Amino acid sequence: MRKVEGSEAANLSEDRAAGNGLIHRRALLRSALFSAGIAAAGAGIAQADDGPGGNAPEWMKMPGRPFSAYGTPSKWQEKVQRIFTITPGRAGTGVSRTPLQLLEGTITPAGLHFERHHNGVPDIDPAKHELFIHGMVKRPLAFSLDSLLRYPMETHIYFIECAGNSGAFNQPQPQQLTAGELNGLLSCSEWTGVKLSTLLGEAGVASQAKWVIAEGADAAAMSRSIPLEKCLDDAMIALYQNGEAIRPEQGFPMRLLLPGFEGNTSVKWLRRLNVTDAPVNARDETSHYTELMPSGKARQFMFAQAAKSVILKPSFGVTMKGPGLYEVSGLAWSGAGRVAKVEVSADGGRSWTLAALNEPILPKVLTRFRLPWKWDGQPSTLMSRATDEKGDVQPPRASWIAQYAPGQQYHFNGIQSWAIEADGTVKNVYA
Amino acid sequence: MSTPRPVCLLAVIAFCLLPLASRAQTPNLGRPLTPEEIHKVDITVWPDGKGLPPGSGSVSAGATVYAKSCQSCHGPQGSGKPQEQLTGGVGTLASDKPVKTPNSYWPTATTLFDYIRRAMPITAPQSLSNDEVYAVTVYILSIDGIVPADAVLDAKSLPRVKMPNRDGFVSWWPTPPSRPSNGQAAPPKPPR
Repeated sequence: MRKVEGSEAANLSEDRAAGNGLIHRRALLRSALFSAGIAAAGAGIAQADDGPGGNAPEWMKMPGRPFSAYGTPSKWQEKVQRIFTITPGRAGTGVSRTPLQLLEGTITPAGLHFERHHNGVPDIDPAKHELFIHGMVKRPLAFSLDSLLRYPMETHIYFIECAGNSGAFNQPQPQQLTAGELNGLLSCSEWTGVKLSTLLGEAGVASQAKWVIAEGADAAAMSRSIPLEKCLDDAMIALYQNGEAIRPEQGFPMRLLLPGFEGNTSVKWLRRLNVTDAPVNARDETSHYTELMPSGKARQFMFAQAAKSVILKPSFGVTMKGPGLYEVSGLAWSGAGRVAKVEVSADGGRSWTLAALNEPILPKVLTRFRLPWKWDGQPSTLMSRATDEKGDVQPPRASWIAQYAPGQQYHFNGIQSWAIEADGTVKNVYA
Repeated sequence: MSTPRPVCLLAVIAFCLLPLASRAQTPNLGRPLTPEEIHKVDITVWPDGKGLPPGSGSVSAGATVYAKSCQSCHGPQGSGKPQEQLTGGVGTLASDKPVKTPNSYWPTATTLFDYIRRAMPITAPQSLSNDEVYAVTVYILSIDGIVPADAVLDAKSLPRVKMPNRDGFVSWWPTPPSRPSNGQAAPPKPPR
């Protein structure tokens, strides 16, 4: 984390925005705020004075390694890995989470995108795979990957969030886990593919059709009922992720992508779209991803992920190094559209101020928020609260919990809180 | 030299029609499917029984299939461990400790058949015969008394099974219901 000593953070008092040291987001625009610290640090490094090469680091004194056909991260970054929760005895069943607190910006590297597999990752030969569109259509059609590659393509950035993301927040005691372990069933990519409405248009959807049953070609034949309205809106058959063919873990050779909807509906390894007039009550829309209420009834077909945010810096495992000026930063998102604002509190919710939102702010895309904070070294509680363009506001955790039966843990979007101890360690707390 | 008037007019008309025409034009590269091709891959079973294949199964036959293909993961009589519990919990949903199983929670018996046929057993999905899927479905349902111990289920009778939680789900698509069916006032603003 970047840090500026107190003496270099002059005149910050006039920018005070909320309690316990939060500084107005406009201070981020004044480059002097942080660049002063960088310049000071640079001045401390001794200049080479023993002639050419005398004090040069070892990597300047020999040729570097040769080219590689497909690059990999620096070996110094080997701790940046997906975090597994695997069903015992079933190596390919369970989830892997994105280590959100170790990444920056908003795009998730393809190899760190979260995974949820119901029976492993299939190794699909694209020459033997077709997407069937049938049911209530005038012309049932099959599309190969080769044929889809000839269609007009669209490119959009979208997040995908698992309906079970952040489920640990329904536990009575706050779990001491990293932001990625708690919230890492969330990733964001640039997706390129064919608009589903184009293919449905060619098949000719019958007027009485209302739903589409999507099915994957994995060993669970994962199946979900999708509203036709969504399929004709912004749904796409994604073929590329961040510029390359989508990875096997993400559905190679093709996946359904339903922007803003719970991740499970974006069926990977898509092989069949059955157009119909009613949902099918697939296992994953009854036993899973339904919200059990105190009455014993359950809400079904919630679909769009709610407004949500999480602070990543600082967070559990990302320790503060003494009092001074820090940048608080994190991610905000909503399945309903754009993030309208993110408020941050450093005093456990007593006072709030607006964070700066990094452009571009796009619908159904992760938005990075940032805010300067002058930490005085005293115990503090940081919180963030997102509001989306439809007016949905991230609720306090207690309000979210109160809506449901005790065991319900899907679609958690309550406010999260990190307590900073005097020694700089960070804890997950329910504030 | 000026362009003759009719040509100019035609050009204008053609230009106006172009966006409309190009919007309607798509590559049309889909391969037409025959009913037989669709039938081969269409494994979806609907709550009204549509999609159920021929065949049937009894509780006793299901107990045999269960012992062979299911019990090592789901425990004796669906009691769970190491994997999901399949039975029990009927009537617990409104309690402090809801136990969600296919028998206590799933609204339709067809879901159980559909899921077993497409995804189970996990080490060899789609390996059971239709008779075996009917049998293991009726066996699981019988453990909690949802069907009698001498039940035999087929495409006609399976959709008629009354699941204990058949009225337990409230659809929030396309919009949340104005009054939740538990009789409480609707929340002032839906969570999404």
